[in-house]
Amino acid sequence: MAQYAVLIYERETPGGVADMPPEVMEAHRRVPERVRELGGRIVSAYATQPSATATSIRADVITDGPFIESKEALAGFFVIEADDLDQALAIGRVVPIMDGGVEVRPLIQE
Amino acid sequence: MRVAGEVGLAEECVQDAYVAALRAWARDGIPANPAAWLTTTARRKALDALRRAETLRARRRLLAEPEAYEADVAVETVPDDRLSLVFTCCHPALAREAQVALTLRLICGVSTADIAKAFLVSETTMAARITRAKKKITAARIPYRVPAPEELPERLDAVLTVIHLLFTTGHTAPSGGRLVRSELVDRAADLARMLRELMPDEPEVRGLLALLLVNDARRATRTDADGRLVLLAEQDRSQWDSDAIEEGHRLVVEALRAGGVGRFVLQAAIAALHARAPTYADTDWPQMLVLYDALSAAWQSPVVALNRAVVLAMVDGPAAALAEVAALEHAGSLAGYHYLPAVKADLLRRLGRHSEAACAYRDAWETADNEAERAFLAARRAEAASRGACGPEEGAGD
Repeated sequence: MAQYAVLIYERETPGGVADMPPEVMEAHRRVPERVRELGGRIVSAYATQPSATATSIRADVITDGPFIESKEALAGFFVIEADDLDQALAIGRVVPIMDGGVEVRPLIQE
Repeated sequence: MRVAGEVGLAEECVQDAYVAALRAWARDGIPANPAAWLTTTARRKALDALRRAETLRARRRLLAEPEAYEADVAVETVPDDRLSLVFTCCHPALAREAQVALTLRLICGVSTADIAKAFLVSETTMAARITRAKKKITAARIPYRVPAPEELPERLDAVLTVIHLLFTTGHTAPSGGRLVRSELVDRAADLARMLRELMPDEPEVRGLLALLLVNDARRATRTDADGRLVLLAEQDRSQWDSDAIEEGHRLVVEALRAGGVGRFVLQAAIAALHARAPTYADTDWPQMLVLYDALSAAWQSPVVALNRAVVLAMVDGPAAALAEVAALEHAGSLAGYHYLPAVKADLLRRLGRHSEAACAYRDAWETADNEAERAFLAARRAEAASRGACGPEEGAGD
């Protein structure tokens, strides 16, 4: 098994998680079960606070906001174990996305 | 070859080694010396195969819907593993250019230098891109897996590009002594036929097959008995393969009726218009220009713009075309592409500007690597120079 980070990017809503439709929340809750069905395993998973809460450090200068400004903000990430990239992508596809996408990145392993 | 004793079996074994290689490489990473790995594997495969000659045949696998092929004996006898490998290698997790380059290198055996020429980049750049793609295959564990039928459409454009580049690399070899590398042309044509069996209703698949058929129909007349290049205008049209041209024409008509206006259908339409003209002079040049305009809209490519300039010369005269070629030269995206100075030289020659033509022929000769083309360009250069030599300063900054 290889490990992949699945990075979730979403267009942010003013109220953050509170603005998410219940069916999307429900779909998120089902993700672990879908991952198991697909033969993968979640190693760890996190959702981040809205990007307005982010603080960046660049060359010792501390600034308000995310490191990279974009339409879609990093909303959360999880680490999975999968056989190969195709399986990891299949898992990435079950993450409910309203207006953004996911990025799948292999992790460096020993 | 030495072990297998005959080309057919040797090819099969190499092919089989590719299958094994891709599986092993996806699992363990790409070996330090892939060529040696393949040779060793192929030799071992050949020994196995000689012991059990029927095994390879039994292991053949069709991409999709095998029942659809069972009735078709002709399809069963073609090496379909290769097409499935092309689809496998064109994985969407790789950049489009990397998909095509890697497939040409690993599956079709085209050299990195020739692939670089096809993409108009340096060999170093192309080698770096291929290395990067291999690294991603290993790091991200892109699996060796024949794609499911529903995955084929998203990979189709890359597969069409692979087959087309394989064909063009064989049709006019980017380097070497012969103008045509028949084995690459034939392999590309086989792949195009198999693809047509697999996806019969895709207009671009029809277009690609038509393009290959029509262009290859002129194979026998593109060089003379001594291997010298013969231009389209001077080729003996009675020697062209009229069956192939008619088949190509029918495919183009079908594709256009099905609403196909993609780059392969349009290129095939252009090739068919050339092939069905009674003489070069009697070609329907205005119609040709219309097709080139459509192709330019469907496919932004400086090579298309250069070919369109050749047609423009036939409609509006060489001076109009020369202005277009000068603009392309200024843009710089065709630097190192020997057809640019070759076209420019021909236009200058037709305008009676012989010394400038001689310079441009020299520039083309210097960048061309195919011996048949170089001989042609050298002869044209000498002819132009006899009417007005290319001075050292004239060519230098040109």
